[in-house]
Amino acid sequence: MATMAKLFPAGSGRGAFLVRFTLAAAALLLVAPALLNDFRLNLLARYLCLAIIAVGIGLAWGQGGMLVLGQGLFFGLGGYAMGMHMKLEEAAALPSGPQLPDFMTWSGVESLPWLWVPFRSAAFAIAACVLVPMIVAAVLGTLIFRQRVRGAYFAILSQAMAAAFVIVLIGQQGLTGGTNGLTNFRSFFGLQLSNPDDKRLLYLFVAVVFLAVFLIARQLVRSRYGKVLVACRDAEDRVRFLGYDPTRVKVLAYAGAAGMAGLAGALYVPVVGIMSPALLGIVPSIEMVIWVALGGRTVLAWAAAGAIIVGWARTDLSERFPSGWLYAQGALFIIVIAFAPKGLAGVSEELQRRVRSLLSRRRSETPAPERVKVAA
Amino acid sequence: MEVFLSQLFIGLSVASMLLLVALGLTFTFGQMNVINMAHGEFVMAGAYTTYVLQTSVFGTGAVTLAFGLSLPLAFLVGGVLGLILEFTLIRRLHGRPLDTLLVTWGVSLMLQQLARDIFGAPNVQVKAPSFLEGGITVAGVSMPYTRLFIIGLVVVALLAIWFYLSKLPAGRRMRAVVQNRDLAAASGVRTPHVDRLTFFIGSGLAGVAGVAVTLLGSIGPTLGTNYIIDAFLVVIVGGLGQLRGAIVAAIALGLANAYLEYWTDASLAKAAVFALIVVFLQFRPQGLVVTRRRGLA
Repeated sequence: MATMAKLFPAGSGRGAFLVRFTLAAAALLLVAPALLNDFRLNLLARYLCLAIIAVGIGLAWGQGGMLVLGQGLFFGLGGYAMGMHMKLEEAAALPSGPQLPDFMTWSGVESLPWLWVPFRSAAFAIAACVLVPMIVAAVLGTLIFRQRVRGAYFAILSQAMAAAFVIVLIGQQGLTGGTNGLTNFRSFFGLQLSNPDDKRLLYLFVAVVFLAVFLIARQLVRSRYGKVLVACRDAEDRVRFLGYDPTRVKVLAYAGAAGMAGLAGALYVPVVGIMSPALLGIVPSIEMVIWVALGGRTVLAWAAAGAIIVGWARTDLSERFPSGWLYAQGALFIIVIAFAPKGLAGVSEELQRRVRSLLSRRRSETPAPERVKVAA
Repeated sequence: MEVFLSQLFIGLSVASMLLLVALGLTFTFGQMNVINMAHGEFVMAGAYTTYVLQTSVFGTGAVTLAFGLSLPLAFLVGGVLGLILEFTLIRRLHGRPLDTLLVTWGVSLMLQQLARDIFGAPNVQVKAPSFLEGGITVAGVSMPYTRLFIIGLVVVALLAIWFYLSKLPAGRRMRAVVQNRDLAAASGVRTPHVDRLTFFIGSGLAGVAGVAVTLLGSIGPTLGTNYIIDAFLVVIVGGLGQLRGAIVAAIALGLANAYLEYWTDASLAKAAVFALIVVFLQFRPQGLVVTRRRGLA
C-alpha cells in the first residue's frame, strides 16, 4: 500500500488529468478510426510510434536533462529485432529452398547467421525489442555517466553512437540487408499487412501501447524517482551531496527512454513496412529531439503531441513543397529552441494564464503565478 | 612493414583532415562552450567557394590561380558566416550549450538546403591544380601530392594559431577568456569582442578545411555532416580548448581508424573507434589535456 501511494501520489489536478486522458484515449481509440480512411489511419499509427519515442526523449531530456541525440540507435535495435523475427517467420513459410530471408539469398548468404537464430522465437524477439535497447543504454549510460561525462559531451557521444550503428548496419549487408534494410513484410503475428481490416486492428494495438507507455512514463515522472531525476537535471552535484547516486538515477531514465524507442521501432516495422539505416542516422535522430522541443520538453503529453504535429506537417508540407520543408524544419529548430524553449506547452500555459487573469481581473488583484525557468 | 607504413600514411592524412575541421571547433567549444553544428556547413561553404572561383570567376584555364586565391577567400567566407551566426543567434544563447547545439543544427539544415538550391543536389567536382597531380613513392608507400599538401596545410595552420595565441596581444586575451571568463572580464578584457574574433577565426578555419576537402573528391551540400561528428569526437578526446590535446587526439583517431580498417573492415572500424573512445573516457573523462579548475563544473 505504501509503495502504491509512492507510485501514485495524490497530487493536484488528478481529476483533471483523468478527464483529459479519457478524452485523448477516446479520440485515439474511437473517433480517429471512425473518421479517418485507411491511409490516414495508418499514418496516424506511424506518428503514434514516433510519439512513443518522443515520450522517452521527454523523460531523458525534459526531466533528466540528458540531450539524447542518438535515439535512432535504440529505435533501430527494436525495429531490427522485430523485423528479423517477421522475416524469419515468412521465410519459414516458404515451400522450399534454404528458408532464408530474401535479401540474404541475394547477397549470397547460405546458412542463417548465428545472430539471427534466436529470433525464430516470437517471445525472444518481443523481449529483445525492449530489453536489448535497454541493456545497451544501461551499459553505455553507466560507462558515460559514472565518469560524470555530461551535457554537450554526452550529446555528442550519443550522436556518435547512432552514426557508428548506421555505418555497421550498412557495412554488414549479408546480416542486415545493408542500405535497403528490411522490407517486404507480409504478416505480423497472424495479421495480414495487406488486409485493411488487419491494418486497422494494428492501429488500435499501437494506440493502446502508446497510451500505456505514456501512463507509465507519467507515473515515473510523478513518483519520488521523478523528483530526484529533475533534481539531477537542475543540480547534479547537490543531489550527489544529499547521498543519492546520480549515475543510477540517470541511467534508469536513459534506459527507459531507450526501451521506449525500441518498442516504437518494433511497432514501426509492421505499421510502415520498412526498417532501414536511413531512418536511424544522425539526421533522423536529431529530428526526434525537435518534436519534443516543439511540443514542450518538460511536459510528456506535449512532447508526444509534438511528434504527431511534426509528423503530420512533414507529410503534408514535404509533399507540396519539398525544398520548403527543409527550410521550415531548420527554422523550426531555431525559433523554438532560441525563442520558445518551453514549446507549445509554454504557449498553451501562457494562453491559459491570460484567460484566467482576464476572468479574475474583475474580482480581485491576484499576483501572477511565479514563472518556472526551463533549465538548459 | 609496407602495410604498416602505408596505413600510417593513410592514418596521418585522415588525421590532418580531421584536425583541420576540429581546430576551429576546439576554440569555439573551448572558449564559448558553444557546440556549433553548422561548422560542417562552413566547411561546405569553403569547398563551394573553391568551386565557384574555379568555374565561374577564373574558368578552367587558371586552376592554380583560382586554387591559391580560394584559400584566403574561403577563410573569409567561413569567417563571415560564423560572424553572422554569432551575432544573430549564438550571442543570445549564452550559457545554454545544449540549446545552441540544436539551434545551430537548424542553421545547418537551412544552409544545406540553400546550397542545394544554388548549386544543385548532385555532387560537383573541383579540379586540383596541376602541381598537385601525381605523387611520390617512399619506401614502397605511394603518397599523393594532394594528401601531402593537406598535411602541410595543417602544419601551417597550427603554426599560425600557435603564433597568434602565444605572441599576439589578441591571442593572449583569448587565452585569458578560455582560462577564466569572469576574471578576464574583470581585468578589462572585452569578452564579447574576443568571442566574436574567436568565432571568426574558428569558422574561417572551417572554410580553409573546405578548400582541402575539394582535393579529396567531389563535393556536395551534405559534405559537412561527414566531418562534424568525428571532429567533435576529436575535441572531446583532446580536451576543451586545448591545441595540444586536439593534435594528439586527431592523430590517435586517424591512426586507430586506418589500422582498424585494415584489420577488420571500414564499417566495424568506425564502431571499434567509438568503443575505444568510451573506454578512453573511463580513464580521462575530461580528455587528454585537462585545464584544472577549482569549481565543480
